[in-house]
Amino acid sequence: MKILEKIINIDRRVIFLLIGLVVFIPLLFKIVTPTKISEPVKKAYEAIEALPPGSNVMISIDFDPTSAPECMPMYIAILRHCFKRNLRVIVLGHIAYGIPLGEIGLEKVSKEFGKKYGVDYVNLGFRPGYTAIMVGMGREIRDFYAQDYRGTPIDSFPFMRDVHNYNDIEMLVDIAHGYSAELWVQYAGARYGQRIIIGSTGVVAPDIYPYLQSGQIEGIIGGMKGAAEYEQLLKRPDMAAIGMPALSISHFFIVFLIIMANIGFFIRRRKR
Amino acid sequence: MKRGVPLIITFVTGVLIIIAFFIPHKPFGNLEQRFLIWYSIVAGFTMLLGIDSLIKYHIRKIRFREKGWGYSIVTVTGIVITLIFGFYSWYAYHTPLALGSPFMWLYTYMIVPLQSTMFALLAFFIASAAYRAFRARTIEATLLLIAAALVMLGRVPLGEALRLKLPAIANWIMEVPQTAAKRGIFIGTYLGAVAMSIRVILGIERTYLST
Amino acid sequence: MMGTILSTWIAATLTIAILSFLYKDNPLYKFAEHLYVGISAAFWVVYVWAFDVIPMIWDRFLEYKAAGNWIEAGVLIIPAVLGLMMLTRWLGPKVGWISRWPIAFTVGIGAGLGVIASIQGYLIPQIRGTLLPLFAKSPGVMINNIIIFFGVITSILYFYFSKELKGVLRVGSRVGIIFIMVAFGASFGYTVMARISLLIGRMYFLIYDWIVPTLKLIGIM
Repeated sequence: MKILEKIINIDRRVIFLLIGLVVFIPLLFKIVTPTKISEPVKKAYEAIEALPPGSNVMISIDFDPTSAPECMPMYIAILRHCFKRNLRVIVLGHIAYGIPLGEIGLEKVSKEFGKKYGVDYVNLGFRPGYTAIMVGMGREIRDFYAQDYRGTPIDSFPFMRDVHNYNDIEMLVDIAHGYSAELWVQYAGARYGQRIIIGSTGVVAPDIYPYLQSGQIEGIIGGMKGAAEYEQLLKRPDMAAIGMPALSISHFFIVFLIIMANIGFFIRRRKR
Repeated sequence: MKRGVPLIITFVTGVLIIIAFFIPHKPFGNLEQRFLIWYSIVAGFTMLLGIDSLIKYHIRKIRFREKGWGYSIVTVTGIVITLIFGFYSWYAYHTPLALGSPFMWLYTYMIVPLQSTMFALLAFFIASAAYRAFRARTIEATLLLIAAALVMLGRVPLGEALRLKLPAIANWIMEVPQTAAKRGIFIGTYLGAVAMSIRVILGIERTYLST
Repeated sequence: MMGTILSTWIAATLTIAILSFLYKDNPLYKFAEHLYVGISAAFWVVYVWAFDVIPMIWDRFLEYKAAGNWIEAGVLIIPAVLGLMMLTRWLGPKVGWISRWPIAFTVGIGAGLGVIASIQGYLIPQIRGTLLPLFAKSPGVMINNIIIFFGVITSILYFYFSKELKGVLRVGSRVGIIFIMVAFGASFGYTVMARISLLIGRMYFLIYDWIVPTLKLIGIM
């Protein structure tokens, strides 16, 4: 009973240490394990795969460093997919702290594929206003983004001259850590019929499933697992895939903790 | 002026936006687009509202040597350095987001580690909370824990390797009962949002006018 | 290379400073926390200047002026003034009431857009997505459709407080709570995945962006 009490009332710093080790140790080995592809991720992949070369894909960076470990791998994977298919990428964002990550990702992946700024991709940067921009871009993108993030007029980029509103955007991918995913679906998808794929953190992903079931979005890439699945479909395992062993073991560890704690709880209750 | 004019502004703008949805042609559509651009401009200034009270608070702490005033110096220094780096980068590189600019250096090596580590702490707290607080006291709590365990185990490669159909169960939970419940919850939420928005437009709800 | 390593050491030190809170609150953590607050606040000032004031107001004004379009250039003063009126909140309640005008403007637009988006973007499509055929050739599809249909109705019923729930309504409400608990459990599972992923990201940085390059630099690896 004393041992049981000690285990149930264990100092939380011991649990902190254990969870730290459970994550740290698997990462040392950089093992990439194959993973089952879920239907929502497969749908997202196939939606982009089906786009003809030269199509315009708008990627909205609606995440920031607080969710970068989940969102950055899926953003990089989407960029790789777009550049591999010779799709034109237009990046913008509504989260101020996230737009630099968008630029970092573009710089890294464009170099891998030899893509040129202004010819193959453009970064429109950040504008405040969220829903106003989402609705306003349905008429004219230039009303909000007359310039790119460097202040260069977007009409100086060849492929942007024909891009005015959602009619000229074949697919919109929102990489979201909050409610922006739902806003894009409600303001751009419902109003203008814009095709949308959502990449979201694990916190937001469950709320997005109703949109998939109702047909309002084409696919969901949910959390680091979703990013790992997308990397596998691209045959390009990266950070998300490397994180899977640590994620697996930590999930099992937390379930083990919950079971242990409840066993202790029931034993205590019975003894009373 | 203080209450009447703002209520009229709210009413006019709200009604215009709704009318412009049904009549997107001139003048409503054009006026709507103009207002949306103005909204974007004004929304930027809204982001600045908090910094004034923050600076005043920390300057006061430093002036009167209140407890923790040393940390206030750190905060004010952080503000000053960011402003210098940011405006210099904007001036020299035409954007603060230029890779290689001082602002991006600050972002990459200070903002990213600080922000992301703050939230990484949650991993430790969620593990601790799972152990110390999640008890199957009632049938509902037991259901919650079982669903959580199935989803957690089914959504990782190790769970897939066990060959217990955990991934299929987890995916089914997400796509069917979870979707149904979330949809039910959010239908209620959005009905409330519609009601609240109409109350705001009509001036019945006025809490946003408090200064 | 050396510059990158030094910068990474700064990032790693700040990471460890924040992580030290897990042991207990300490001066290093407080230092990092206060630095974060300061940098974050000033970040917005830079952004508003670079991505709002300059491109949306100043550059546009210059464009209209260059084109001789003085009406549009003049009209642009209105949102600029509204923005400045917003900042009168800094000056206390005696003058701060002026900020109610731009607040009313943004709230009105937000409310108008919200009404449309809620109905067109959520309520109608989601209700349509719930109206599924309750008889289907495939038993799996049929069962799923029935579960979704009744799951949505009973979940909404759980939150119906206008009348005491008796009989069938009470049963429906009890079924609804089952669905809601399953949904919360699933959300918790995904939340755990999200939080652990954040830790994985930081650990990855500490190992492969800090420790390994440092060990390589000093010749151990």
